[in-house]
Amino acid sequence: MTTVSMTVNGKAVSADVEDRTLLVDYIREHLRLTGTHVGCDTSQCGACVVHVDGKAMKACTMLAVTADGADVTTIEGVANGDLHPMQKAFNDNHGLQCGFCTPGMIMSGIDMVNRYKADGKTLDETAIRHELEGNICRCTGYHNIVKSIQQAAGEM
Amino acid sequence: MHNTKYHKAGSAADAASLLSGADDGTVLAGGQTLIPTMKARLAAPSDLVDVSCASDMRGISVSGNTVTIGAAMTHAEVAGSSEVRAICPAICDLASNIGDPAVRNRGTLGGSVANNDPAADYPAAMLALGATIKTNTRDIAADDFFTGMFDTALDEGEIITSVSFTAPSKGAYAKFPNPASRYAMCGVFVASTDAGVRVAVTGAGSDGVFRAGDMEAALGSDFSASALDGATVDAGDMLSDLHGDGVYRANLVKVMAKRAVTAAG
Repeated sequence: MTTVSMTVNGKAVSADVEDRTLLVDYIREHLRLTGTHVGCDTSQCGACVVHVDGKAMKACTMLAVTADGADVTTIEGVANGDLHPMQKAFNDNHGLQCGFCTPGMIMSGIDMVNRYKADGKTLDETAIRHELEGNICRCTGYHNIVKSIQQAAGEM
Repeated sequence: MHNTKYHKAGSAADAASLLSGADDGTVLAGGQTLIPTMKARLAAPSDLVDVSCASDMRGISVSGNTVTIGAAMTHAEVAGSSEVRAICPAICDLASNIGDPAVRNRGTLGGSVANNDPAADYPAAMLALGATIKTNTRDIAADDFFTGMFDTALDEGEIITSVSFTAPSKGAYAKFPNPASRYAMCGVFVASTDAGVRVAVTGAGSDGVFRAGDMEAALGSDFSASALDGATVDAGDMLSDLHGDGVYRANLVKVMAKRAVTAAG
């Protein structure tokens, strides 16, 4: 067991965890923040994407101990009173059906908009589809997800 | 995942000493291959030595035409380096197409090179660029480093600390990704320097990354896509699986090589 301490959604948290504990299991099982999902066991689906020190990462492919000292944001931490523009855009455009992949889609969407804005690049439809390579949705066919991210990119 | 003991190394020397003290320890870099492998219980190291924050394995430096990249640099960091892009855009473009954005934020150059996955992108770049793989004990030429599928010249406990190479005057990487896994079914890195042209192929060969000697000779006298019209690739040396047989992959090698030459200009 190792003691890990980190900031999750602005709040300092700490716990003793087994070294093999995945970050996503720490978030879900210890912190009871169950918005971050586990959709596969092969690191392919992206349902578990969170931001670690401001960068999108797959919480299922990272140990909790590795995130010791980090600043983590999960889907529960993006709204600030009102929905985040990315959440609102998914709502406006019906960017989901069953909703299982949505937390990861939103975290990846926010990350890509932030990166493209920082680099002064245009996030067009082709770029969004390329950027979504690590997030799998089995319902929507992606069309409305892409539309949602495009809308949010204009509002963020 | 089986239980394991985690250690965070502050430097390469620290990592080497932690590894030597472990029963059956292994280096954890970005973990984008190792963690899924451990989750599937296909690997169960007694100890993990995390080098992602080892200070002497971080950083990028460009001096003249020589590029040195720390082994713990992530794909996103390499892709986003304006210094490297200014003299060797091909390696930045390669890094920007590995896996997906979240993988690129954690996966590292050193981890990819040490794992030598037969469908990984970086081994092709290292081989085509004639890179030097620097470890905590020695320098290894890329030609001697990649010794077959998932196999390298690294000794037990030896850790890659950085890689360095001379930027080519022309270079490009062209990849045909598997539609599902996005790993290369064939990726060809072409580099032209004063010393000649080097062509390295990943994803297609039955024993991992390899150099295409015939193509190098053809491009050495005429650096153009049409110079490869007569090149032949032996289908018997290619991987053959449900995604594509040897003949298909042999053709892909030629097509990707031509695309890379065209992109290199």
